[in-house]
Amino acid sequence: MKVGVIVFPGSNCDRDMHHVLTDVFNLNAEFFWHEKNLPQDIDAVVLPGGFSYGDRLRAGVIAAHSPIISDVKKLAEKGIPILGVCNGFQILVESGLLPGVLLKNESLNFMCEWTNLIVNNNQTPFTNKLELNQKIPIPIANGEGRYFVDDESLNELKKNNQIVFSYENKVNGSVSQIAGVCNSDGNVVGMMPHPERAAEKAINQIDHKPSSLIFESLIETVGMKN
Amino acid sequence: MSFQEHEKQHIEKNVKRKLTDTELQILAAEWSEHCSYKSSKKHLRMLPTTGPNVIVEKGYDSGVLDVGDGFVVTVHIESHNHPSAVEPFGGAATGVGGVIRDILSAGTRPIALFDGLRFGNIENDAHARWLFKNAVSGIADYGNCLGIPTIGGEVEFDECYKNYALVDVAAVGFGKKSKLIKNHANVDDLVLLIGGSTGRDGVGGSQFASDALEGEDRSAVQIPDPFIEKLIIEAILECRDANCINAMKDLGGGGLSCAISETAESLGIGIELDVKNVHLRESDLSPDEIMISESQERMLIISDPNNLSKIKEICDKFRIQCSVIGTVKEDKMMHVKNGDETIALLPADFVARGPLVDREKSKPEYLSKLPSSPSSKSEMSFSDILLKLLSSPNIASKHWVFRQYDHEVGIRTVIKPGFNGSVLRLDNGKFLSVKIDGNPKHCYIDPRQGAIGCFEEACRNVVCTGATPIGMVDHLQFGNPEDPEIFWTFMESIEGITDFAKFLDVPCVGGKVSFYNETSEGPIKPTPLIGVLGLIEKSPLLPIPPSNDDVILLVGETKDELGGSEYYEYIHNFIGGVAPKVDFSESKKNMKSVLSLISKNLLKSVHDCSKGGLAIAISELCIFGKIGCKIDLSSSLSYEKILFSESHSRYILIINKNNLNAIKSILSDDQCSFSEIGIFSGDQIIFESGSNQILELRVDKAENNYLNSLGKIIQNG
Repeated sequence: MKVGVIVFPGSNCDRDMHHVLTDVFNLNAEFFWHEKNLPQDIDAVVLPGGFSYGDRLRAGVIAAHSPIISDVKKLAEKGIPILGVCNGFQILVESGLLPGVLLKNESLNFMCEWTNLIVNNNQTPFTNKLELNQKIPIPIANGEGRYFVDDESLNELKKNNQIVFSYENKVNGSVSQIAGVCNSDGNVVGMMPHPERAAEKAINQIDHKPSSLIFESLIETVGMKN
Repeated sequence: MSFQEHEKQHIEKNVKRKLTDTELQILAAEWSEHCSYKSSKKHLRMLPTTGPNVIVEKGYDSGVLDVGDGFVVTVHIESHNHPSAVEPFGGAATGVGGVIRDILSAGTRPIALFDGLRFGNIENDAHARWLFKNAVSGIADYGNCLGIPTIGGEVEFDECYKNYALVDVAAVGFGKKSKLIKNHANVDDLVLLIGGSTGRDGVGGSQFASDALEGEDRSAVQIPDPFIEKLIIEAILECRDANCINAMKDLGGGGLSCAISETAESLGIGIELDVKNVHLRESDLSPDEIMISESQERMLIISDPNNLSKIKEICDKFRIQCSVIGTVKEDKMMHVKNGDETIALLPADFVARGPLVDREKSKPEYLSKLPSSPSSKSEMSFSDILLKLLSSPNIASKHWVFRQYDHEVGIRTVIKPGFNGSVLRLDNGKFLSVKIDGNPKHCYIDPRQGAIGCFEEACRNVVCTGATPIGMVDHLQFGNPEDPEIFWTFMESIEGITDFAKFLDVPCVGGKVSFYNETSEGPIKPTPLIGVLGLIEKSPLLPIPPSNDDVILLVGETKDELGGSEYYEYIHNFIGGVAPKVDFSESKKNMKSVLSLISKNLLKSVHDCSKGGLAIAISELCIFGKIGCKIDLSSSLSYEKILFSESHSRYILIINKNNLNAIKSILSDDQCSFSEIGIFSGDQIIFESGSNQILELRVDKAENNYLNSLGKIIQNG
């Protein structure tokens, strides 16, 4: 199986994600520059974190118009698992693949700290090995991570079980403390926290197993399909 | 732009004609204190710079250390003080950018940043708060965007920095030894300028930094663009992997003038360039401005003509500009043309090696006038004093600062900022521990001992993580060197650092000198800053919070050394007394013994004892573990001395009872002075002497003051 890691100008968690996919979980991961095409037979796609285009205009908005995004959209329609982390989440939102918007944190500052996530949906390709309501110790690192949707859309998200992760505590002012959502089909997932920074024991001395399950869920999903 | 008399004579002696305006501009930039180190260069040679791990190549702007298995670590430190005092966001951000490019120049990827920040009294000075807040934002904005974690540093406030700012940034790089750029050039190689366009920002920046800060010369401050810097890093590393780079240099102080002359001089070549080929931000820039602009995010590359198409292809991929601005010649001349017209033609070594000067030195008068102890005793109880010290901006947690920095990106950060040294994992299974330390309060009272103390403190911190120091960088910041009293403090500092480096056998692999740090009130206190790198072969000692019944051992002697302490200055508002002095043999002994205890897995954790003394170090541990302690202070020293003296070479060992005897016997065998001072238990921080209670403070109260004070000052200020 092959996982594509998309690299935009300014991506900076691409190598971290690649390291975790390959060195920790033995997946076959490959970088794809944003002006290249994605192969149609790819099994999963990850949009890593960073500052694509230096966050100019608004985080993720310029990268959402990169040539590769049209391939990502086609793969999303086919049901291929797609994960956006941090800036990757912002790009998925800006490209219309996920609902909502990410605003400046309530503190108005960049925030880098460890927090606990709660699993709200364990039916996605990235959460199927996690328990409902399971806690995940994980770091956030963003300036624009406050998830926002209006009340009507929020009800829609709840109805369709599209809230994948929420913060255990109030962290940044996100609506309903939302930390990650999926599309209505459940195959496209975006999250602000960084699972690639929490899936190794050396880096995550609290508990690296819950974050590992995010990657193991993907292996489970794609392995089953193959 | 003006030259001193001896510089004019040097020009007349070496160039038998009238210099062109461009030549004068180039020399003024390159011969500024900032670029030429004219006051300090002779003296910097005393520092030991070689060692088993040190790799030396021509023209490196960063120190290179071999960490085994074919890997190297690079390190450099710089400051951006004048610009940050005028425009803190941009000044601090471009400070980060500059030091990163020095790491990149060696062909290594920058993997970590550290910053030392110093401002006036933020509790009563709104301008100091503004400088502080914006410098932190500038560093965060730049480092975060690049994806280089800021994993440590220090923040200090002192009246001597009123209306001023010290922004020091250290960067660490990592790479394969085989991919280091071995700077060389062949005749007819191309000289390329890659990255940001050249504009009017930063024109004359190095001269601006070589004078006391008088006006707010905003055009001398550079404008940051971290996005371009990120693209340059990736493009340069791709060029490196494609073997397209023969030699490389960052454009920093002095802009093209310095980069060209220093590259030509260090490689023994000539360079002919045409300013018309430099890509510009503003079309009406004069040739002179092009030569001395310090616009950021630019790299100079020397490459074989056959590699040009590959380099262009890589630059096109990242949409960054690349101009061929000149060629390598045999004649060792720096030849600047504007189209067909020659506007400067000087020997490269003449430009690059500005005439050095001998500065007078004399012991400052203030030193003999410092009082020995405060005239009155404090009315406050020791419990209240401790509570107040915990909220001192110099002691309180810097969480407010480092949570704005992405300190996790790169997934190397094993020990996060906020506790002793920070630790990074390396690709060969080893770990790198890094700490930077300064202490202007000690240095003011005793420049020599103060500087040694900063060095020892940084060593102590990396030792606490289980690392053996393998190299250091120093950044020496002082006022106007033309003042003999200031120059004396500089000489004392560098001699002290040299002595200790030689004694410990820790080479100096990089550094910088920054003079003319003056405010309207006078010179800053001597502010040497020392960064120490330590290597951990197996696994680092993680900071594990203390728990009930853990025993506390204090290694090292607490001495009558309250001078320059936070206790004297923050509680008594008193400057004077005897500053801590490092006992070399005690220092080495304690380091060695603590490292051997760590390697034998006998310690739960170790904490450095420094600013605020024993009382603060113990309180920090209690706050970390959310647990109280009971400490017995029986000693021949007075309580205030034993609580707050900042004596060096002290370590607090947190140990499991079962290991106590084994540890004691090793410490005794190593002839270290130590004492078992108490245990962790309950929810109060208690210090007593026999049946006398000296101090009692609830841990949650201490925690509240320690964790929230800095944020409150900023938010409510």
